[in-house]
This record gives sequence, C-alpha cells and structure tokens, in this order.
Amino acid sequence: MIVSMENTTTSAIDKKLSQLRDQHGVVTLGRVLTLVILAQAGHSEAALEAANFASHEHPCRIIMHVAHSPAESTRLDAQLRMGGDAGASEVIVLHGYGELSEPSETLFSALLLPDAPIVAWWPHLVPGATPTTESIAGIAHRRITDSARHEDAFETLSDLSARYVPGDTDLAWTRVTNWRIQLAAVLDQAEPSPVREVVVEGSGRSPSVILLGTWLATRLGAQVSFLNFPGPRRLTRVTLVRDDGEIVLERPGRAVAMLRQPGQPDQQIAMPVRDLNACVAEELRRLDPDEVYGEVLTSGLREVRVARIVDTAGELTPGAAAFLASHGGGRQDASPEPSVASAGEVDA
Amino acid sequence: MPDKTARNPLRDQRDRRLVRVAAPSALVLFGVTGDLAKKKLLPAMYDLANRGLLPPSFALVGFGRRDWSHDQFRDVVRESVESYARTPFQEDVWRQFASGIRFVRGEFDDDQAYEALKSTLKELDVHYGTRGNHAFYLSIPPKAFETVCHKLADHGLAHHEKASGWRRVVIEKPFGHDLESAAELNAIVERVFPADSVFRIDHYLGKETVQNILALRFANQMFEPLWNARYVDHVQITMAEDIGIGSRAGYYDGVGAARDVIQNHLLQLLALTAMEEPLSFDAHHMRAEKAKVLAAVVVPGDRAAYSALGQYDGGLQGGQHVKAFHQEQDIPADSRTETYAALRVDINNRRWAGVPFYLRAGKRLGRRVTEVAVQFKRSPNLLFGDNGHEDLGQNVIVIRIQPDEGVTIRLGSKVPGTQSEIRDVTMDFGYGHSFTESSPEAYERLILDVLLGEPPLFPNHEEVELSWRILDPFEECWAAQEIMPEPYAPGSWGPAGADELLARDGRVWRRP
Repeated sequence: MIVSMENTTTSAIDKKLSQLRDQHGVVTLGRVLTLVILAQAGHSEAALEAANFASHEHPCRIIMHVAHSPAESTRLDAQLRMGGDAGASEVIVLHGYGELSEPSETLFSALLLPDAPIVAWWPHLVPGATPTTESIAGIAHRRITDSARHEDAFETLSDLSARYVPGDTDLAWTRVTNWRIQLAAVLDQAEPSPVREVVVEGSGRSPSVILLGTWLATRLGAQVSFLNFPGPRRLTRVTLVRDDGEIVLERPGRAVAMLRQPGQPDQQIAMPVRDLNACVAEELRRLDPDEVYGEVLTSGLREVRVARIVDTAGELTPGAAAFLASHGGGRQDASPEPSVASAGEVDA
Repeated sequence: MPDKTARNPLRDQRDRRLVRVAAPSALVLFGVTGDLAKKKLLPAMYDLANRGLLPPSFALVGFGRRDWSHDQFRDVVRESVESYARTPFQEDVWRQFASGIRFVRGEFDDDQAYEALKSTLKELDVHYGTRGNHAFYLSIPPKAFETVCHKLADHGLAHHEKASGWRRVVIEKPFGHDLESAAELNAIVERVFPADSVFRIDHYLGKETVQNILALRFANQMFEPLWNARYVDHVQITMAEDIGIGSRAGYYDGVGAARDVIQNHLLQLLALTAMEEPLSFDAHHMRAEKAKVLAAVVVPGDRAAYSALGQYDGGLQGGQHVKAFHQEQDIPADSRTETYAALRVDINNRRWAGVPFYLRAGKRLGRRVTEVAVQFKRSPNLLFGDNGHEDLGQNVIVIRIQPDEGVTIRLGSKVPGTQSEIRDVTMDFGYGHSFTESSPEAYERLILDVLLGEPPLFPNHEEVELSWRILDPFEECWAAQEIMPEPYAPGSWGPAGADELLARDGRVWRRP
C-alpha cells in the first residue's frame, strides 16, 4: 500500500502510520532497526531497492530523506509504503524542499523506532562534516558511507580516516569481503612463509583497491604496490609475493576468479561481483563497530609501507600524490615485477 | 587445520565478516537421481557458488546407474539448478561450477565403476586442484550403505594411512530402524570412516529457527529462570503435515510416523528445548548436553496408554477428495504402519521432573506446522478467579519452527470496559515473511559444514542410539500388542486416542 501526503509534518506522518496499522491491519514484523537513508533527488530508487532487499533479512523501518532543491520554498512531502510495496519493512520517504532539503535529526526523531538501533546510510556520497550531518551521525549506531562515489579515492579515504568514529563503515570495504575471505582461506592452506610484497591492481578510482591492499600489507607485514588501470571501478588482481613464489588471485570478469599458487594447478573460484543489495544486507548484519575496518582506515593507512603507486591513466590524483609523499614511497621501483612490466603502464 | 588458522595473520577474531571457506575438495554424490538431490542438494551447491562460499576448485562427481556422459549429467544438474535454486541463475557462475562436474556410471557393487571413480578423483586432484579432499554423500537407501562403504574401502577411496587430504562421508536419515540396526549401520560406516568423519544429516538442525531455540533460551535473561518444572506445566512438540505419503509408499510402509520423524526431528527438538546450557557451540559441548538430556528421558510404564497411533482415512480434506492410507498405491490392506503417532515421555532430572513432554507427528493433519509449545502452570488468579473461565491465565510460549517462523507468547489481558474480566491475547514475533527466502537454506549450511569439517549441527552416533533407546520400547509395545492404528479423518488433528492420551493427564492438545 502506498499513501502520499503533501505538505506535511512528521507528527502527522506518525499519526497516519498508527492509523494505517489500525484500519488496514498492516502488520509490522519484528523490526530490528531503523535505517535512515540520506539520498539525493533522482537517485533514490536504487538505494531504496537495496534497502528493501536487505529488510528481508533484517526487518526494519526505512526512513529515506530525499534532498530536493534548497531554492524552493520550504516544504515536506511524504510517501508511506507498507505491506507488499515495502518488502519486509515499512518505508517512509520524506521529500524535503527548501530548508528541509538539508536533513536534520529533529526531522526524523518522531519517526525513529523506540529502542531499536539506528543505521544511517549515505548511498551517494561521503557527507561533508557539516553540523547537521554530525547530528545525524551522532544518533546513529552505524554510519554507512560509499567512498566509491568520489573521484579521488585516496583523498576521500584520508578524509574518512581523519573523521573516523567507531561505528563508521564504508561500502568500499564491504565490496572486498569475498576477496578477503578467499585470500584468508588460501593462507590457511599454504605453508607459512613471509610475504614480501602485496600488489593490488584495479581501477585507480576504487577505494576498495586501497583498503584491500592496506589490510593485506599491514596484516602480513609487507609493503604494498597499487597498480591502477583506467576502466570499470573494480579490483582485478591481488598478488602476494613470497619467497616460494607468487600467490595470485585475479578476477578478470564479473563472476569467476582464478587462483594461482606455486606447485598447484590453477583453481577457479566462483566469486560473483556483489551487488548493492548483498552489500547492504551484509552491513546490517552486525551493528557493533567493525574494528578491523577502523584499524585499516586509520592506523593502517597511516603506517602502511608503500612500494609504488602506478597509474596507467597518467597523472596521479592529488590524493594519491599526497598519500605517496607522506609514505615516502618511490615513484618508480628499481626492479619492477614481470607482471607489472607486462601491464605496459605509464609510470606515474 | 585450527593450528594453521591460528598462524594465519589475516585471521582476526574481531573480523566477523571473514567467514571460513572450505579447502578445495570434491563431493561425490551417490543417488543423483533422487528427489532430494534434484530439489535440494544440487541447487544448494549452486547457491553456495553464487554466494561465493564454495571452496576453490569445488568438484561434484555424480555416481549412478544411468548411462550418462559428463555433459548429460551437467544438463541434469543445470535443469535442477534452474528450477530449484534460490539465487538467480548466472551463466558465468554456472560455467565455472559446471567445469568441475563429472559423472561416473555404475552399479553400487560394480568394481570397475569404483576404479573409474578413483581415476576421476585422481584426475580432479591433479588437474583441477581438489587436493585429495573427498566427501562422499550417500543419498541412497540404507541397505546399500554396506556395499558402497565396503567398495569405497576396497578401492582405497575411503580413509587410509597413505591418503592425502581428508575423507568424509555424509549419510541421511533413517539411521536404522531400531537401536540394533542403528548400531549395525554405524559399525559398517565406522569400519571404513573414522567417527569424526561421519556426518549424519538431519536437515532440521540446519534450519535457522531450530538454531534459534538456543538463542531464545540462552541469549535472553527473562526465559531461562522460568524454563523448569517449577513454572512449566508441560511441553507439546508437534510436527504436522497436510499431505499424505504420496509416492513414498515403498519407504514409508513398515516405517511409520514415529520412526520417520519422532526418532530424529522431534527428539532433537526435545533435546534443544530441554538441554542445559552448553559451554560453547563446539560440537563436543553441544553433544554432551544433548546426550545428557536424552539419556535422562524415561518412557512411561504403560506405554500403550501413553501413546496413540492413527492412520488417515479417505474423504474430503480442505475442499478436495483424498485417498485413505490403505488406498494409496503399494500399501497392503493389512498394513499396521501408522501415519500418526503421539506419545508421552518424561525427563528425569532436576529441571524437568514431573513435566511431561508430549510428542506428536502425522500426515494429513489440519495444516503443515512444526512447533514447540511450552505450556506454563496456571496462575493462582486470586484477583481474577471469579470469571468462570478455567482455561485463563495459562501462559504459553510457542516456538514456531515452520512455516511462519517466529515466537508467540500467550498472556492474559483485561477485557476493556469490565471490572475484572480477563481474556488471553497473543504477542507475536515473526522473523519476517521473507526470512527464509534470503537466508541460506538448511542444506547450504550443512553442505558447507561438511566441507569445513564442522560437526556441531550433526547428531553423532550416541545421540542416534539414545533416541532409539527412547522410541524402541514404544515400538516393541505396539508390535507385541498388535495395536491397530485408529483411523482419523483427513484434515483433522489425529485420532481420538491421541486426545485420550492427554485427557488421562487432565490436559488437551493445543490447536497449532
């Protein structure tokens, strides 16, 4: 059922919700959290679809704020979706115009579920550090951002790192979960041997590449090289260089990865690219801070030993250049790996 | 493997996104044409691949009588994946999955076929990277177990000293038809595979809601203090199906409802409901507590009085004509096999002394439902006692296993506008109507656990034997007294005898 309300207030919405429950017997299931989505006009449906999908696993109340033009006169429109139109959840879409185009805590507080944890999700960006974002972030137990939406991955991550509070998380990190699972499984099986270098290859604009490389390098006590190719914003290959040879996990397409290690036949792994739905469902599975992500984002990015950053697109982004400078990494490695040379990169 | 995991610097206890993936391995499936393989096992494997949870180089080897090539078998798998998998079909995931599919043709006692299987597995080890890790899934009738196990051993496919990698065997219920046959079956399997490599699948234990019984009891503070004889009056465990035996006559005749589900599913539910808190989720801790409570179960002295058997009659059920049990194909006219069984057991320990557990299971009952109902003692009702309704104030906690997974609590509440009238209301918690769609299916979880070698969800031999020890006295009594199951109307809640069983104790069955 979809009910639209124009020029309204949140207390009127709250009243309408109880009324709908009474009149139509719309059942709300055992809801485990309130998901607050802070979206931009014109891009909100994909986020809502992902949230609905996730609500099948985590029944929740979804409140989505859609920011319209601040130039219009101040007004709040709402749309309530319940029952079959809202997956396993109830959805409240708030269209904010004028002053209400900027979401604030006071706008939502009447609609938050009692006791239940609150998750805030910015599907389109990493929000700036404005007082209103801070106020929403402050009431949320978890804050989900998506750094992959920005042009300069290094810069965005360093911004996130500077503002990190336990409970923050980023979908760029969620996207590498399957890579991490497989790599950890490989090292469970492999004979122990130190890893000298970690090489991650993928799109230079993908923060996932950076997070994965940093996690591996800091955990394994190795130095890391980032090799960036233009193309889809994706991770394509991870190489762990060890004394007994290279362990390579690569996914050239969108579904099947290839694992190569010394003394073993090549192995194929089904590792489909995960869509937004699956990532959001994973994010909502746990509501306590992801400490490992926190470490990678803060001390990891600070302390990781960087061997090289190579960008085939030519110029390093300002963020990458700053990152490289602060880590004293060489722009050109004295002895590039064969795999690197064959990539035919333009050295940064 | 645990020590290796401890040395792996990528592992971190706090990193709970890092689920474990099994080592590269091959799964050999005996009984590929069965319904279970087609509807559950094969789709579950594909779903695991789609979720990225299968090990690298996972290979599936079908072993069967059909004259199929590898490709024909791939087509069969594909067909069942396309019709029954829960995740969307993706061509490139399928291609990868299919590249590890092989088929070996042969009878269960055909030596050549086992040699062919051996060389197929060898080929997979060398060229596909399965590293000598093999699991044998015996989705076949128990009478074939012995042949298959022996042949596997004879051809060096089972566990032996020189084997590289692990060997595991998965068997499906029924685990025997009484204590003796269960022990025999176990001896056959354990002669060939070590005890910790034998995985007995009770798919019920893979269900989220069954695992949730432990969460409800032990992750909460408010239930456990009440979970004992001081507050609980009795417990009813029900597993009802609205369908008949269908095409399973060959299996069902001579087995019956008690052996088919009470011995395994219902007694496992009883164990989870009644057990003490385990030290951890480790298999040996879980099994220790389950075994303790199953060993404490006592059966009543007058077993004929404290049990009831039924057979469904023909007639109208929910708007359509259905056949009586005796009219089903291949059921002999004098069959004494029961399609409904109810019985009472007691648990002789400090927590449960004096609290009867009533178990019932049947086909062609009112609706399909599995649930555990913990019925509390009546409250004294000094204040509200004069309203004449005796059945008020008896709280119930119902754990709904399927369908409509969730928990219901019944409690008394004031009738509006009156001084002291009370009526019972329900407080309902649902896991969400789509809960079961997006969460992994029981078989996915179980296949993954077999490949990982994690046994907590699999009953071990001791539990199986203890369960038979509970059921055998009933079966013996029914056989000795030649009890003829009572007919009951299809769509009803069982024969009159079942109602008498509870009436004897001054209780009634709840309507699920």
